[in-house]
Amino acid sequence: MSKSRILDIKRETWVLTGEGKKYAAEGSPEVQLFLAVPAEGSISKDELQKKLDPAVFKIGCSQAGKNKWVEMGKQVSRKVQNVEDKVKDLLLQVQNGHALSKEEISSLKARKLIVPQTWKGYSVRKGPNYAPKRKKAATDLTRENLQKGDWKELEFKEYNFNAKGQPAEGGHLHPLLKVRKQLKDIFLQMGFEEMPTNNFVESSFWNFDALFQPQQHPARDSHDTFFLEEPSTTRELPEDYVERVKRVHESGGYGSRGYGYEWKREEANKNLLRTHTTAVSSRMLKALAEKPFAPKKYFSIDRVFRNEAVDRTHLAEFHQIEGLVCDRGLTLGDLIGVLHDFFSRLGMSKLRFKPAYNPYTEPSMEIFSYHEGFGKWVEVGNSGMFRPEMLLPMGLPEDVHVIAWGLSLERPTMILYGIDNIRDLFGHKVDLGLIKRNPICRLGIS
Amino acid sequence: MPTVSVGRDRLFAALGKSYTKEEFEDLCFCFGIELDDVTTEKAIIRKEKHLDEEGDENDEEVIYKIEVPANRYDLLCLEGIAQALRVFNKQQEIPKYTLSDVSKDSMLQMHVKPETSSIRPYVVCAVLRDISFDEASYNSFIDLQDKLHQNICRRRTLVAIGTHDLDTLQGPFTYEALPPSHINFVPLKQTRDFTADELMEFYKSDLKLKKYLHIIENSPLYPVLYDQNRTVLSLPPIINGAHSAITLKTKNVFIECTATDLTKAKIVLNTMVTIFSEYCKRKYQVEPVEVVYADGRSYVYPDLSAYNMEVSLSYINHTIGVSLEAEEVTSLLNRMQLHAERSASGNNQWNINVLVPPTRSDVLHPCDVMEDVAIAYGYNNIPKRKPASVKPLALNEFSDLMRLEIAMNGFTEVLTWILCSSKEISTMLNRQTDESTAVVGNPRTSDFEVVRTTLMPGILKTIGHNKDHPKPIKIYEVGDVVLLDEKKDVGASCRRRLAALYCGANSGFEVIYLTVLTKNFTCELNNC
Repeated sequence: MSKSRILDIKRETWVLTGEGKKYAAEGSPEVQLFLAVPAEGSISKDELQKKLDPAVFKIGCSQAGKNKWVEMGKQVSRKVQNVEDKVKDLLLQVQNGHALSKEEISSLKARKLIVPQTWKGYSVRKGPNYAPKRKKAATDLTRENLQKGDWKELEFKEYNFNAKGQPAEGGHLHPLLKVRKQLKDIFLQMGFEEMPTNNFVESSFWNFDALFQPQQHPARDSHDTFFLEEPSTTRELPEDYVERVKRVHESGGYGSRGYGYEWKREEANKNLLRTHTTAVSSRMLKALAEKPFAPKKYFSIDRVFRNEAVDRTHLAEFHQIEGLVCDRGLTLGDLIGVLHDFFSRLGMSKLRFKPAYNPYTEPSMEIFSYHEGFGKWVEVGNSGMFRPEMLLPMGLPEDVHVIAWGLSLERPTMILYGIDNIRDLFGHKVDLGLIKRNPICRLGIS
Repeated sequence: MPTVSVGRDRLFAALGKSYTKEEFEDLCFCFGIELDDVTTEKAIIRKEKHLDEEGDENDEEVIYKIEVPANRYDLLCLEGIAQALRVFNKQQEIPKYTLSDVSKDSMLQMHVKPETSSIRPYVVCAVLRDISFDEASYNSFIDLQDKLHQNICRRRTLVAIGTHDLDTLQGPFTYEALPPSHINFVPLKQTRDFTADELMEFYKSDLKLKKYLHIIENSPLYPVLYDQNRTVLSLPPIINGAHSAITLKTKNVFIECTATDLTKAKIVLNTMVTIFSEYCKRKYQVEPVEVVYADGRSYVYPDLSAYNMEVSLSYINHTIGVSLEAEEVTSLLNRMQLHAERSASGNNQWNINVLVPPTRSDVLHPCDVMEDVAIAYGYNNIPKRKPASVKPLALNEFSDLMRLEIAMNGFTEVLTWILCSSKEISTMLNRQTDESTAVVGNPRTSDFEVVRTTLMPGILKTIGHNKDHPKPIKIYEVGDVVLLDEKKDVGASCRRRLAALYCGANSGFEVIYLTVLTKNFTCELNNC
């Protein structure tokens, strides 16, 4: 039944008290007394008293006296011929449910002959689902219902769309790799070719020296790099290229004054777990330099290793995203343009660039994007133009420039999904529920 | 990235103006440094001592922690940062550093003994004459040595700096390598004398110094510097002698840097003398010292010569992607402490002649000059050149993502006809005929009467033809339907729809609702 069909009813009525009921039946005491007094003559008070009930006598005397019906004294006599038992009439009226005037109510109430009574009730009507018998609602339509034919009479329980329900049996892709797929699509749409990065073990030569990163540089310390005990050194390096790299570090050339230190082959031979995928980029650029020049756009998204303290936002292993464009006549303006294109596809269209330092790029720019939610500029990546000391020893033509940029895969994923501890997302301490709950990734699709 | 702690108010006084935090951060952003943290002197000490109590923060000196690029040794102290920013803001001309006019005969000398080549071959020296320290600049002087030791000196392995009160010493000086037991002196902070091997033992428990012991520990000879009176100046790279310790009152400073890498030693010496020559009576003037090797080779240090680089204007413009005039470029470079002048080359081209000062050891190649032009011009002012690229079709990309997600939840995709009979989209679905239906005028059979307005017929018919397929059957389709559309020129448009169906012993509504609709796409159900 719906609420609107139920009416509250409250009635205030008067009912007779015990005393009231007595008078309604027997007459009011004053009339009883009056009738006990002879029509003619008089009666002694004592005799009158004996004739009547003590209570009736007492009240009757005072009321009859008040009404001036009788002369009260040692002898009692009538003052009037007849009287009406108004009180009895009123009481009978109340008993029959008739309404009385305010003054009548007051007088009866004063004599404690009536009391108020509240009657509460409800008015109901038949609703649409009215049934003389109670029905149980079905929760689902089953084959049995159809076979039995009782589906025609069935009443169905309403669906509760807020219920959690049984989790579905099915497969799920990892959130980080969903983001990776979207980024890969973005690169492909921008005309970038994927570099093969399936080589975690790298030599210091390709990871650092070929990139014009000096030996004795902080990043090459064991506290930032994982060096390998097995295999500890690389078995081969392209010797004539190594010669050119050694020379440019030690004494310059190609327009540079070089670093002016003693370059050591043993340092370059040391194997490590690559600290950046730029090591792969340098191999790819060297391979490019060995052929007649054709412009290329390369990208990669893969694991890198840093020997750093692990905390809420830092891991020893993470994914680096790298993009590079290699062509004649590229400018810093081209780098800014490609960065705007790339980051706008990630939903970041307000960018600012800050001068920075990388050993292998000059100019170098840190990329900042305005985060509406945080209300501030946050760093989203690093970029630059590879130094001539890196490109020219490879044998790339002098007018070829390479612009490149990089960022981590984890940080944008954490911001996208509101995860603040990276170990909740990546690694074995992950919550499987998080992977299952993770929605589709629409990065790159406006 | 090294971080330098500077007193904010002292920095602003050196800059000649006060900035709000935002204004200063902006300046740093444009120049290429970063305000990493703001704290107070007492807070740093509390943190170091692991104390918790907060003092009255109001009268504590505010400290700015500024991150500087790893290759800019000239920015490792307040004086260096302040000077770079003053020149950047055009408040100051690039200082011209010179050697004071001392004849070779009256120059102080450092004689190098051949034994040093086995342990620490190189030494470079200089003198800061008539210098005036106050407490802040004195602390800055000590801190800079520390920073250089940590960075370019690679924790003193490559270079070690020793600074001395010249007035307590008498030249000429010698740089020798002796057996540890032969070396005896009172080291800094101590009152009694030690031999060098005693000192090695003694410092094994010193938290700060024990990490440097390994550099010379196992050598039969230890490097040591003496003056004319056999006073020990220092035992590099471990500790200086107490005798020549510099104080606030020191007026003449003798600096020696012993090293295994000569290039870095020169950079370190140049950094120290150029920055602190600001406090000498003759500003930016450094007194040279002659270093004489046993084989007779001699060198005068510091080498403050500028490095000359010729950079073509077109290289700068074509690499940045701007068209600046030569005069603009030279004025921009001057703001970066690179003295530049234009000179005509052949073919009406301009060259920019750059004099790279001794403070800019990071400038190796014209690309470094080009970067400084770009920084002074402002990276954010460079016009961007948009590359050619393609954009995805959002609807199709999204549809494909959805299809994959639904399949992963155990649904099989079907691909059904777009054309169907009109009752299949009306009475057979227990619906009214949709007035927005596109109707075919010449269908061959009833199968081609209308263009589907819903995916329902297709998936229902699929079940109809697969009645014996093991249950439950879960199928879905993502595809277009056609509805009449006044907004289109042809009067009809395609709409992308998803339909999923569950067929089994029960209705399976939860499967559809939870799997297909809410869980995967985080949409909300509206009026289903």
